[in-house]
Amino acid sequence: MNFYPEFEVVRNDSRCIRCQVCERQCANEVHWYDEDGKFMLADESKCVNCQRCVTLCPTRALKIVKSDCRLRENANYSDQTIKEVYRQAETGGVLLSSMGNPNPLPVYWDKILINASQVTNPPIDPLREPMETRVFLGKKPERITRNPDGILDTKLAPQLTLSMPVMFSAMSYGSISYNAHASLARAAEALGIYYNTGEGGLHEDFYQYGKNTIVQVASGRFGVHKDYLEAGAAIEIKMGQGAKPGIGGHLPGTKAVGDVSKTRMIPEGSDAISPAPHHDIYSIEDLRQLVFSLKEATEYRLPVIVKVAAVHNIAAIASGIARSGADIIAIDGFRGGTGAAPTRIRDNVGIPIELALAAVDKRLRDEGIRNNVSIVCGGSVRSAADVVKAIALGADACYIATAACLAMGCHLCRSCHTGKCNWGIATQRPDLVKRLNPDIGSQRLINLMDAWRHEIKELMGGMGINSIEALRGNRLMLRGVGLTEKELEILGISHAGE
Amino acid sequence: MKKYVIIGNGTAAAGCIEGIRSTDAEGSITVISAEKYPVYCRPLISYYLEKKTDLKRMNYRADSFYTDNHADVRYGVSALAINTDEKEISLDNGETVPYDALCVCTGSAPFIPPMQGLDTVQNKFPFMTIDDTLALEKAVTPESRVLIIGAGLIGLKCAEGLHGRAQQITVCDLAPRVLSSILDDKCAAMMQKHLEANGIRFLLGTSAKEFIGNSAVMQSGETVEFDVLVLAVGVRANTAIVRNAGGNVSRGILVDDVCRTSLPDVYAAGDCTEYHDISSNSVKVMALMPNAYMQGRTAGINMAGGAVLFDNAIPMNSIGFFGLHCHTAGSQPEGCEMYEESDDSHIKRLFVKDDRLTGFMLLGHMHRTGIYTALIRNRTPLSEVDFARLKIEPQLAAMGEAYRNKVLKGVV
Amino acid sequence: MKRIYVKEQWCLGCRLCEYNCAFANSGMTDMAKALRGKQIYPRIQVETEANGVTFAVSCRHCNDPICVKSCIAGALSKKDGVIEIDHEKCVGCLTCVLVCPYGAVIEDGSGVAQKCELCMKNSCGAPACVKGCPNNAIVYEER
Repeated sequence: MNFYPEFEVVRNDSRCIRCQVCERQCANEVHWYDEDGKFMLADESKCVNCQRCVTLCPTRALKIVKSDCRLRENANYSDQTIKEVYRQAETGGVLLSSMGNPNPLPVYWDKILINASQVTNPPIDPLREPMETRVFLGKKPERITRNPDGILDTKLAPQLTLSMPVMFSAMSYGSISYNAHASLARAAEALGIYYNTGEGGLHEDFYQYGKNTIVQVASGRFGVHKDYLEAGAAIEIKMGQGAKPGIGGHLPGTKAVGDVSKTRMIPEGSDAISPAPHHDIYSIEDLRQLVFSLKEATEYRLPVIVKVAAVHNIAAIASGIARSGADIIAIDGFRGGTGAAPTRIRDNVGIPIELALAAVDKRLRDEGIRNNVSIVCGGSVRSAADVVKAIALGADACYIATAACLAMGCHLCRSCHTGKCNWGIATQRPDLVKRLNPDIGSQRLINLMDAWRHEIKELMGGMGINSIEALRGNRLMLRGVGLTEKELEILGISHAGE
Repeated sequence: MKKYVIIGNGTAAAGCIEGIRSTDAEGSITVISAEKYPVYCRPLISYYLEKKTDLKRMNYRADSFYTDNHADVRYGVSALAINTDEKEISLDNGETVPYDALCVCTGSAPFIPPMQGLDTVQNKFPFMTIDDTLALEKAVTPESRVLIIGAGLIGLKCAEGLHGRAQQITVCDLAPRVLSSILDDKCAAMMQKHLEANGIRFLLGTSAKEFIGNSAVMQSGETVEFDVLVLAVGVRANTAIVRNAGGNVSRGILVDDVCRTSLPDVYAAGDCTEYHDISSNSVKVMALMPNAYMQGRTAGINMAGGAVLFDNAIPMNSIGFFGLHCHTAGSQPEGCEMYEESDDSHIKRLFVKDDRLTGFMLLGHMHRTGIYTALIRNRTPLSEVDFARLKIEPQLAAMGEAYRNKVLKGVV
Repeated sequence: MKRIYVKEQWCLGCRLCEYNCAFANSGMTDMAKALRGKQIYPRIQVETEANGVTFAVSCRHCNDPICVKSCIAGALSKKDGVIEIDHEKCVGCLTCVLVCPYGAVIEDGSGVAQKCELCMKNSCGAPACVKGCPNNAIVYEER
C-alpha cells in the first residue's frame, strides 16, 4: 500500500543554485538533478528527515516539513498506528525503530525543579570559589580502619575517577562507526571521563584510550577476550538496555563488515544476535559468579559495573546486584536510545529512569547497602539540569549517549537501523563514515561537556553546594510540579510550595 | 663587485636581471637596449591593436623595475661586438662596456625573403615591435585592404588584431595550412574555418611572386590588391654578435642547460638561442616567451655564481583567435601513437611514444592542460599513471596517490 | 607561509568548496543571486579518484611558480608568498593554463585566467573554501 510520504522536501527555487550538494550528501537518494529541465527533483518517499541536505544547502533553499496529508483524524487510531498496521499487514514483520522512545510519556525531569539559596544561606559563585565536580565510582568502605601505628589499612576497592559526573554510555563499534568511536574515545581522554565500548569489542586502534574506556561484556560475548578485558578501566556486564529490556542486541549482517567483524570475532556478514538472557545467569548468585570471574581475570584491578534496564521491580533487582559483588550499578531508563530495537518493545517496555533511580537509591539506603555500589543512571539525560536532578535523586553519575550523538551531528531521525546514517555515526558505509571527522566530533563532545560542567557548577552554586558529593541524594534540593502524591512519594521529593 | 652586462632588453633580459638579483644584490647590471622602451610584452602587440591592452599595461614589469633591481639601461644603443679577450663589448655610439659576465638576449628579427618589386610597396610593415605596431596602426584605416604574408603565429595574431580596423584582411602562406609550425592538417583546418568565419580571407599554398605597387601577383597567378602589406613570413635569431666573436652558432646561438655559450663568461637566452628540446630529444630554436624568461633567469643565476639548470625545455604554445583557443606542446616524434577525440567545437590529439606523452594539440576548451604539459616536461612514465582517465580529462586523480600527496600535502 | 592543504580522508566530495569559492569571488552579498542559473568557474576543484577518493585542488602557491615565469603579459606575480593575477594586465592568452602542472589556473568563462588568491582580494578575508568545508577537509595552515 502506498502512502503519501511522511515528509515533504520544500525547495525554494528562487534560492536553489543547483549545486547538487543535497544530491551528493543524501544516502537515501532523495534528491537528483534533472539535466533536461535544469532543476532539482526529489523522491520524498525516501526521506527520513535527517536534515543533512538542509544543513549543507549553502543558500538555505531547502526545508523538510512534516506532510499534512493525513488519514482521517482519529484520537484512538492515530495516523502512525494505522500505517503501522498497514505495514505489518503487508510484510508480516516486526517493526524496527532506533534511538529513544519518542512518545509523549511523562518526562519527570521536566516536572522537577531545583532549589536556590536566598538570604538564609549564601549561594556560591563558581567563578570565584572552588567547586568540585570530580566523582569516584566504586564500592566505598563501611568504615575506615587503622593499624596500631595509626596507618590507614582500609583497602579501597578499585574506583573510577571522573572529572565530572557524566560518562558516554555503551554504543558498540558496529552500531556506530569507527569515527564515532574515535571521537568518543578522544573526548573521554581529554575530559578525564569514560566512554563505553558497548558489546562490539574494542578496535585495536583504540586500546591506547584504555584508561578512559569501559569494556562491556554482553550476552553474546562478542569481542570479549583477555586483552580486551585488561585494556579497559572498568568492565560492564550488560544485563539489559533501557530501549529494549528483555531482549539482546542485534547487529544486522550488513553492518558486520571488515574491522567490525574482526573486532567482534564473528564471520563477516553474519548477523550478530545477542541472546536475550546471559545463558549463564539465571539468578543473583549466577551474576555473582560472572562478576567474580571477571574480577579474577583482571586480578581485582578493575571495578565491575552491572547494567540493567529500568523495569518494574528495579529496586529489588538493584538490591540483589549490590550484593553480587558488583562495584557499580548502571540503570538505563525506558527512554534510552538504541541503534535498532523492535518498535513495540522500545515504546512500551520499561519504566522512566527518574522513578527507577529514586526507588533504587531509597531501597539501597533502607537496606544499608548504598555504599556497596555506585549508581549510574542513563536513559535520556539531556542536559546539565537533568544531571543535577539525577545526582540529587541519588545517582553518582550519569550515562549519556543520545546527547553525545547529537554533539557529533546526529539529527535524531531515528533511522540508525537502516545503516545509512547521513551524519557518519550509525553506519559502516565508508563514504558515510568519513563524514564524521573525529577532530570535529571529539571537539564538539568536549565543548558539550565543558558547557555542562559550567552549568552544573552554576546550578550547584545557586544551591550553596560546592561538590557533587554534597549534592548526591540531596532530595531536599528538588521539588515536584504537577505530580501526584504517589509520584512524589516514589521520587522522595516534596511538591513545589511545600 | 661583479659587472653584469646584458645585450637586449626583452623578456630574457628581464629574467636575467631577476636571476642575477636573486643571487647577487651587489653587482652592477648594464642593459643595452636598442629599443627605446622598458621591457614590454612583445606578444601583446596584437592585443594592442585589438584594444585589449594599451602601451602602459603592456609593460612587462612595474615602472620601478630597473631602479628596484639597480640596473642601468642604455636606451637606443646597440652592441656591435664582443671582445672576449678584453671582456668588453663595443657599442654603436663608440663606447665600450666591460663585463665579468655577459648575457646575449638579442632576440630575433623578421625574416623577409627576397620578393620582386617589394621596394615598390609604400605601406609595408613587419610585425615584431611596438614601433612596427604603431606604424601599422597609423597606416591602417577602416577602408584599408590588408595583405599579410605569412599564416603563422605572428601573421594570424596580426590579422586578429587588425580585425575591425580594416575593411579586408587577406593572409597568404606558402604552406598549405595555417599555423603550420604548430598544428597538423586537421587542427589547422578547424582553426582556418574559424578564422574565415570571422572574416579573414586565406590564400594558402601560395605566396606573392611579385609586387607592383599596391598589387601582389601570387604564384598561383591571382592578383591581390592591397593598401597595407604586413610581412610576417618568419623570424631569424639574431646571432651575429656571438658568431663574429667566434662562438658556436647554428640557426641560433648554441647554449647548454645553464644557458652558457661556447664563449667564456658569455651566456645567451631567449629567441636568439638554440637549445635542447626534451620532448623530441633534439636541439632547436624555440622562440617562446615563457622559455625566454626561464632561460634568462637561469643565465642570470648562473652568471651570479648560483647553480640552476634549465634542462626540461619543450616547445609549447598557447594561442587563440576570436575565442577559439589552442594549446600545443612537445612534439610528434616518428612512430608515435596518437590518441584523438574530437567534435565540431574541439579537437584533442595526444602523442605517445615509449611510454611517454611526447606532445599534444588541443583546440577548443582549454581546461587544466598544464597537467598534460607536466607529463611531457617530467617525462612521466604513462604506465605509472592512469592514462586511460587522463586521456579523457587532465586530472591529478589519475596521477597516483604518491604524487598527489606530494603536491597537495606539502610545499611545492 | 600559510597555504591551503587538503586532507583527502575527510573530503566528502560535496563540492561546497567550489560554490563557496565562486560566491566569495562574485563580489555579491547573496549566494543565490550570485550563482543561480550561472555556470560557475571555481578556483578550487574537486577531483574523484577511480576508487572514489575525492579531494580538492587549488593553487599551490609554488616556491618556483612556472605560471609567473611563463606569463606573457607580466600579469602574474608572487607577492608575500601569494601568487596573484592582475586582471587589468591579463589578456587571456591562457599560457598559465598551459603550464600549471596542477591545473590550478583556469579560465573564468570570459576568456581571462583566474586562480586562487587565498581570498586576499575579496571580502571573505580567509579562504572561503576552508571556512565552508563541513568536515575540515581543507585547511589553511603553515607546513
